[in-house]
Amino acid sequence: MKPQHQHDQKQMPQRPVGSLGVLGQLADFLDDRTGYRALMHEALYERVPGGARWRYVWGSTLVFAFMTQVITGLVLWSSYSASAQTAWESVYYIQHEMTGGWLLRGIHHVMAQAMVVLLALHLMQVVIDGAYRAPREVNFWLGLVLMMLVLGMALTGYLLPWDQKGYWATRVATNLAGLVPLVGPSLQQIVVGGPDYGHQTVTRFFAIHAGFLPATLVLMLVVHLSLFRKHGLCAKQPITRPDAMFWPDQVLKDAVAMLAVMAVVLGVILMPAVRAMLEGRPIVPGELGAELGAPADPSQPYAAARPEWYFLFLFQFLKVFEGWGASGEFFGAIVVPGLVMTAMFLMPILGRWQLGHRFNVAFTFALLAGIGLLTAMATNEDYAALWADRSSFADVEKLLEETENDKAKIAAHFGNDVAKIAAFEVRAKKLERIRHSQSFLDAVAMAKADASRSIELAGRPERIPSAGMLELIRNDALSQGPKLFAQHCASCHAHVDPAAPEAEAVLAKASAANLHGFGTAAWMRGLLDPKQVAGPAYFGNTAHKEDDMVNFVQNDLTDADTWKPDDIEAVIAAMAAEAGLAAAGTAPAVIEKGRGLVADGDRCGSCHTFRDNGVAAGSAPDITGWGSREWLVGIIVDPTHERFYGDSNDRMPSFGKAGEGSAPILTGRQIGLIADWLRGDWYRPAGH
Amino acid sequence: MTRDKTSDESAADRRGFMTKLLAVVCGGLATLPPVLAGVWMFLDPLRRRGAAATFLPVTDLASVPDDGIPRQFAVVADRVDAWTGFAAEPIGAVYLRREKGSDTVEALSATCPHAGCFVEMESQERCFRCPCHNSKFTLDGGMVAPSPSPRAMDGLECQVAKNGEIAVKWQNFYTGIAEKVARP
Ligand code: FES
Repeated sequence: MKPQHQHDQKQMPQRPVGSLGVLGQLADFLDDRTGYRALMHEALYERVPGGARWRYVWGSTLVFAFMTQVITGLVLWSSYSASAQTAWESVYYIQHEMTGGWLLRGIHHVMAQAMVVLLALHLMQVVIDGAYRAPREVNFWLGLVLMMLVLGMALTGYLLPWDQKGYWATRVATNLAGLVPLVGPSLQQIVVGGPDYGHQTVTRFFAIHAGFLPATLVLMLVVHLSLFRKHGLCAKQPITRPDAMFWPDQVLKDAVAMLAVMAVVLGVILMPAVRAMLEGRPIVPGELGAELGAPADPSQPYAAARPEWYFLFLFQFLKVFEGWGASGEFFGAIVVPGLVMTAMFLMPILGRWQLGHRFNVAFTFALLAGIGLLTAMATNEDYAALWADRSSFADVEKLLEETENDKAKIAAHFGNDVAKIAAFEVRAKKLERIRHSQSFLDAVAMAKADASRSIELAGRPERIPSAGMLELIRNDALSQGPKLFAQHCASCHAHVDPAAPEAEAVLAKASAANLHGFGTAAWMRGLLDPKQVAGPAYFGNTAHKEDDMVNFVQNDLTDADTWKPDDIEAVIAAMAAEAGLAAAGTAPAVIEKGRGLVADGDRCGSCHTFRDNGVAAGSAPDITGWGSREWLVGIIVDPTHERFYGDSNDRMPSFGKAGEGSAPILTGRQIGLIADWLRGDWYRPAGH
Repeated sequence: MTRDKTSDESAADRRGFMTKLLAVVCGGLATLPPVLAGVWMFLDPLRRRGAAATFLPVTDLASVPDDGIPRQFAVVADRVDAWTGFAAEPIGAVYLRREKGSDTVEALSATCPHAGCFVEMESQERCFRCPCHNSKFTLDGGMVAPSPSPRAMDGLECQVAKNGEIAVKWQNFYTGIAEKVARP
């Protein structure tokens, strides 16, 4: 080794001796062994013909964006757990509990979007400058492949939190992949990891997102960059200014551009915090940066399903092929995107002719304009209700309701005047759009509510059960109660705040009592109100309309001699106490007095069993523990039981009683959830 | 200037060629096992089949009023997801509907035949609508043209037992094609 070494030294340029510190000596040593100085020189002292320019920064900002994704991605990886039972849970933990998790995830999320924008800018700049022409064709193609890799990472990353949004968007995307001729169904099955979405979908998407695609991207990027250095910058012609060196002139411009990109990304993340601050609301870090929806649930509809905004044009494009049958989807999802990519790959060849170059530029602009237009259309369809004036369509709405959308009736309404009918139809179409938009907005609001409930539940001191978050949500009265009620109870019972503006209309449609606030003093006060007891909120629309209870409230309770207002209030308090829902601060003496009145054989106790008043079951429901969970579960399980309505039960199914050989309509758990929800009994975080 | 190769030289050429060939073959052989094993495992999902289509009890006749309006029900079944077994889990949803006075129940899968979103009931417009690309269907699942969807909603076989229990044959179908083809 030694002679060789001495030989090397002879080749080295002479350095000043003596002025070197330890660091300098170390640098010399390293350079000796690695030749890094020459490498650095090679890397930095590239000539930039015509001097540094802002228009050359896009490529560098993309490399910067990618590096940001690698850094943030690796750290996210260190806390992410890929499986259908842990993905959402771990992302929740990152976003809402780990210090700085929201910031890291926010940067990763927003930078991914910035990257797509930068890609579009880079591509535009390359095409406009004709930088794809010989000898740079191969590098242009590499660039297109890189673009697809980035889009692939964006697509796969969307699923990883395994929330409703990502889950449903991915279902659509993978179903479209299934349309590829011949291999489609197999391709779909390989990507999804089986016939159904689950663990293997998450693990595969994660491997593709964080392994396969980035590894390929790095390889391609190395070639892309070295080819770029080999050919040199494609300088803006004509060159009027003196050349400059890459370092530091162009590097400075690049660095400023990177800083600007980062500033925008941080701005997007922090904007809501600034807004909250200005409005005097508290800042919740977990709500900044990237969203986290409710956990994925294949049995729960998700009407707010939309892809990330930069894929919205593809989503919208599928609507264009309305009425094309199966070929429409194939065209929209496979053929047209395929043709567009082919046209882009052919650009360098077309670009050999001046006319071809012009075509390429025009094509690129047309493409971007088309994408912009489709995106705007999609946005407009979804959000139209925000700016459209629905009230101006009141007459259309009314007519549609009256005629039940029956074409013949509508025609008759306009005296079969073709022009009028056509005009009406145009307006009906507009109204329909507003309605659709409104249901999208409602779905978004519901998704938000579901998401924040999930996050609230995940933060319980008991933590998430080992079976995962979905288990917790399926056992949450606040999440499940309204759904179960809508499905099984709402065809008869209303559940509406009597003070709400829509209450009257809702109650008119109901055929059984309004269960809003059931068990509370307010509900009881309404029942014992002679004006309300036979109204639609209580027995008005039931077979009990003329029964003893109504009679009692209207005739006995109104007798001020036997029933002083204080007495009635005492009964109300006692009953709310039975339900365990008495208002805080109700005097025990009042409740005690009320209990006495309820049990009294000359009052409520003349029909109702109450505690140990000895009234035999059967004449009226036993109101011991009325409105309590146990009582509610009991009546839902079997209202025909003699403890409740017995034979006089009016149409209410016995939800928990098995018929001969058939399972009950609702499981015990479901009935419990309905009871808890009606009683307002669900987990509330401390401080609420 | 040309000259004939001596036999020595052509022997060296042959050796050189053999060396190259061997190098490529050995290197290739060495790399093959991990690549093949990788591909082999990566394609494992192709072997997987969904649960066989069976009749699953969904609800009973009393819960499907005979007013022609579809009601949505969760389909509950034991489910295996790779290594996890779930007992009695909601795995999807169906719409059940009964005409006036009829005892036969029609079942429709809630999965959109267009691209698989969850089709919703629009009670106001008395139709089904998919929230994704606005495919519309009549209450009995028929197409409302023009529609992005290539076919009507997928009907599911449905049995009503003597005691009123309704069971539905749960199946998934390929989306985006005109024919209704069940997934294996
Ligand atoms: S997925 Fe239903 S319309 Fe496209």
